[in-house]
Amino acid sequence: MERCGEYDLSRRGVLAASAASAAITAVPLPALAADQKRDPKAMPVSFEVNGNSVALSVDPRTTLLDALREHLKLTGTKKGCDHGQCGACTVLVNGARINSCLSLAVQHEGDKVTTIEGLGTPDQLHPMQAAFIKHDGYQCGYCTPGQICSAIAVLAEIEAGIPSHVQADIASQPKPSNMELRERMSGNICRCGAYSNIAEAMAEVAGASA
Amino acid sequence: MEFNAPAGTNLFDRAKIVGHSTPRIDGPLKTTGTAPYAYERHDVAPDQAYGYIVGSAIAKGRIVSMDVADARAAPGVIAVVAAPDYAPVGQGQGNIAPLFGGGEIAHYHQAIACVVAETFEQARAASSLIRTRYDRAPGMFDLAEAAPGASLAKGRGGKPDLKTLGNFEAAFAAAPVKLDAKYTTPDESHAMMEPHATIAAWKGDQLTLWTSNQMIDWAKSSMAEILGIKPENVRVDSPFIGGGFGGKLFIRSDAVMAALAAKATGRPVKIALQRPLVANNTTHRHATIQRLRIGAERDGRITAIAHENWSGNIGGEKGEDGTLQTPKLYAGANRLTANYVAALDLPEGNAMRAPGEAAGHLALEVAMDELAERLGMDPIELRIRNEPETVPGNPGKKFSQRNLVRCLRQGADLFGWSHRRSKPGQVRDGRWLVGMGVAAGYRGGPVQKSGARVHMGNDGQITVETDMTDIGTGSYTIIAQTAAETMGVSLDRVTVKLGDSRFPASAGSGGQWGAASSTAGAYAACVSLRRAIGAKLGFDADTATFAEGKIHLSNRTIALSDAGPMTAEDSITFGEFKRDYDVGTYAAHFCEVAVEAYTGECRVRRMLAVCDAGRILNPLSARSQVIGGMVMAAGAALMEELAVDKRFGFFVNHDLAGYEVPVHADIPHQEVVFLDTQDPVSSPLKAKGVGELGICGPGAAVANALYNATGVRVRNYPITLDKYLEGLPEPEAI
Amino acid sequence: MKSFTYERATSPEQAAAIVADRPGAKFLAGGTNLLDLMKLEIETPTHLVDVQDLNLARIDEDTNGGLRIGALVSNTALAADDRVRRDYGVLTRAIVAGASGQLRNKATTAGNLLQRTRCPYFYDTNMPCNKRRPGSGCGALAGYSRQLAVVGSSEQCIATYPGDMAVALRVLDATVETVKAGGKTRSIPIAEFHRLPGDEPQRDNTLEHGELITAVVLPKPIGGRHIYHKVRDRASYAFALVSVAAVIQKDGSGRVAFGGVAHKPWRVEAAEAALHQGSSALTSRVFADARPTEDNKFKIPLAKRTLASVIAQTRA
Repeated sequence: MERCGEYDLSRRGVLAASAASAAITAVPLPALAADQKRDPKAMPVSFEVNGNSVALSVDPRTTLLDALREHLKLTGTKKGCDHGQCGACTVLVNGARINSCLSLAVQHEGDKVTTIEGLGTPDQLHPMQAAFIKHDGYQCGYCTPGQICSAIAVLAEIEAGIPSHVQADIASQPKPSNMELRERMSGNICRCGAYSNIAEAMAEVAGASA
Repeated sequence: MEFNAPAGTNLFDRAKIVGHSTPRIDGPLKTTGTAPYAYERHDVAPDQAYGYIVGSAIAKGRIVSMDVADARAAPGVIAVVAAPDYAPVGQGQGNIAPLFGGGEIAHYHQAIACVVAETFEQARAASSLIRTRYDRAPGMFDLAEAAPGASLAKGRGGKPDLKTLGNFEAAFAAAPVKLDAKYTTPDESHAMMEPHATIAAWKGDQLTLWTSNQMIDWAKSSMAEILGIKPENVRVDSPFIGGGFGGKLFIRSDAVMAALAAKATGRPVKIALQRPLVANNTTHRHATIQRLRIGAERDGRITAIAHENWSGNIGGEKGEDGTLQTPKLYAGANRLTANYVAALDLPEGNAMRAPGEAAGHLALEVAMDELAERLGMDPIELRIRNEPETVPGNPGKKFSQRNLVRCLRQGADLFGWSHRRSKPGQVRDGRWLVGMGVAAGYRGGPVQKSGARVHMGNDGQITVETDMTDIGTGSYTIIAQTAAETMGVSLDRVTVKLGDSRFPASAGSGGQWGAASSTAGAYAACVSLRRAIGAKLGFDADTATFAEGKIHLSNRTIALSDAGPMTAEDSITFGEFKRDYDVGTYAAHFCEVAVEAYTGECRVRRMLAVCDAGRILNPLSARSQVIGGMVMAAGAALMEELAVDKRFGFFVNHDLAGYEVPVHADIPHQEVVFLDTQDPVSSPLKAKGVGELGICGPGAAVANALYNATGVRVRNYPITLDKYLEGLPEPEAI
Repeated sequence: MKSFTYERATSPEQAAAIVADRPGAKFLAGGTNLLDLMKLEIETPTHLVDVQDLNLARIDEDTNGGLRIGALVSNTALAADDRVRRDYGVLTRAIVAGASGQLRNKATTAGNLLQRTRCPYFYDTNMPCNKRRPGSGCGALAGYSRQLAVVGSSEQCIATYPGDMAVALRVLDATVETVKAGGKTRSIPIAEFHRLPGDEPQRDNTLEHGELITAVVLPKPIGGRHIYHKVRDRASYAFALVSVAAVIQKDGSGRVAFGGVAHKPWRVEAAEAALHQGSSALTSRVFADARPTEDNKFKIPLAKRTLASVIAQTRA
């Protein structure tokens, strides 16, 4: 097999010298661009979080997720991957669930954001939070706030008739079947593997509200 | 308290709390986002700065130069901690390559620098301004190529890990029915949802780490070794851990870099490993190559069994031993197991949930399925035919408890096994080919010394403190149940505090020993508290009844709170008598899959586990542990693989989009049944762990079901559709 | 993430003018792919022009009898539109087969078209990649290429276009409408929107710098059975190994496009005459010039089998 230093890398392509030669440079930029030497200008942004108005001044690079966690210290929303690959950062914006890691805070001027902290408290649980506890729909707890935000949104999406991949007839009104819940929750990864229990928690809430 | 003889009748046999399904006491915190994880502890230290780790761009070689001037000059940057400026740090427990320092590169994405800045955005941006030149060295990145030159691993007492019994070669040669098959399992990533994260702060020479770690006492001593400081100067606090699965057993670069960066800046520093760094920077489950040779009589009795295993690691260090369950599961007089480890230059392999067994079952339990087919036997009957009296690999050793046959039979009934067609590819449901599979599961039931401190307040409120961790396992709740039961109070009168190295050292979370050990430790401390109360109030605590917040003696009743504030501390240790027994946990795993006849898409339709694991302390959370293992096993069987680029020597698919773990849609409703058994040899609570049992076997049941559905046997995991597509019926024939 | 300045545009023409004027500027809509890539410094815009306030989030009936989908219509809204579900089922099916509910809520129609490849060598900035850094080489050709292109690739690049929606748009013969600085508009047939890598793999599509997508236009409905079958390693939330978008008429004729196999949605109209002979006849023509790697050669039989499954589903 091929070894470093003796690359004959491919039938159709070659590696550039910078990567294949003995000495490689990870970052080839010749010099620090002038605009990276300045502190980025902070920008104002105002939105509502869990019913409270907040006004922040943020580095434009700040994601909604980091605005919540680092600026507002609302750490219930989790950072699992920071790249939209896990769903731990799910929050509701104007009622719709999104990955808060793939959204800049400055994109949310005037928006209404609901996080896990806005759904219920340990003393006053949202029915979905209570159902997760009852059905043990979690283990380590890290993906849980995202799962719960998503779970609430999924039931609303079904109610609103948003179609899904597993519907036999996409023109029909979807129902909160086990398969529908599982498909629609698939953007929320749980490595502890609480899926089966989460589906049961959701089914209970869906049944109660049906 | 020493546990030095099998448990007799005790208060747990009349338990009102232990053994009953109990919602997690930490549930209200976890479901409301108020449980604090490592990176979120804004309150513990003021003025926290943000660290961002830079990983090596090469897999092996050395750093020629590192230019950090632009990074240091970038906005908001406080410091750049650069590997060439540091000697390699010390080795903590479980570390193979140094976590930081010096110019040598041992694996891809090894930490080579950390940028500390006022904000996360500044630290991340500045990290890309570091220019590093490397001298790349050749490396070995291909297990299959390295395996023939691998050495036997060092087993117990440093002896080569080769075990024989009888004469395997002769018996195998003489066996009328034989199987000789090779299986491979890939490198796998723990992929816990919370990446490794730490906040570090120094006060003089005192270091505190708010981190995410499964083993607090190891973390404390390891951190001292790594930094060359005294263990008593290290405090580790880890009350909530967003998953570990073995990936957080040891100190990793997040903690080291946070500590060094905090030292360099004089500020508390917080670091979370960015997700794309996790797979190559931290540990993973090693890939294996396994060869199974089984010889049997025509009636199914195994006469010869050999299981050889190859894996690789940096410097040929600790590998993945797929043979671990084989000396325990099936009878057979002539045996051989061997475990080889090759030197590889990939990232560090180390423990991931049921290290050894999780991969080993994927080979052994498929080999049994293949043997059953050759014998024309039902695979459940083959297993029952080979049920041993004593430990097969060590016939002088007794089983403390073993109800595998019951698991298999009960599971077969519940799952409807009689509907399985033994000839594969026979069952159709529209476009889908349907099949069923079974596998047995074995995982040891170890215990470790575990301590706790129990405090009773003026109001009779009980507080348990131990450095035990809850990594999703339900430790908070089972420890509370144990204390409530032992002290005779209701569950809401118990507070449990975990994960702080200022608390008595516990067994920690690993090797599925946590539940049995930490509850026994909590029990020992509660017994001490009971006796202290008895001594103070003048009665024999061991004969008194503690119930409903009161102490009942023969002629009087005292409110527990009357004893006033008191504290007791003790630990459980385990005596020599255990050496006479193999303490194990057992399961029968069942699975039904459907495979799309045209495309090969595989869907798991049903999963069942019937488990024999002693007293189940909290059936609700124990069931979750088992189904979680079943999910991870389904992932291992069908999709999980860290893909190796053998030229550059790294895991290519190093994020959660590239490394696919099961999602909701992959996992159907799962059933778990626990046999009503107690194991008096295990612990005073007669309990054993289940967290790893759940991943031992279900993957093989999936693989066997897939074979039963399609008639195509794939021995290289994960069983992705490209590996069996050509064996499916031609489209015209469907 | 490199630092950047941010502003909100007030009209499509103004947005186009701002970006056209600044070489480092980019449009920001949903951001679900752009921010992902900016965090890794694969994308390094110096200025972001947020287009969310532009009035482009409507689906209107078009004068040609089809639909005009605003560039900012979210993936969820597009998939859920009753007219789309009724007349363009393959489009709804493709959209809901992609990403997750969260991502579909944020991602826009235009942004979906502009998704960049998921090639792992593109994503790892330590690795050579001609798409990310022209001239640096292709890490994937002799590397891990299981997900990558089998057809239409070049010596320089074997990346795949990762999206689903565009595969459906390809069988629907959609048109992409754009505006440039100064207000000049153009219509780009979807077939000509995405490029093959050739010698310029850094260019995913035929848009010019500063050209803003304003709408995607669907021709009038063509009837038939609409199916989108996406085969992947897990049941949801994964990119396609192979996908098939098909509209098949009662007489067995139809249109077929493949996803996950090339740098663009892959449709060979000339091969569609062979559809009534079955999947094998069609795919042998569609993939006649395929040059797969050892890792991904399975995609060719998989494509054949997936189309066979689709045909079977239309008969069911």
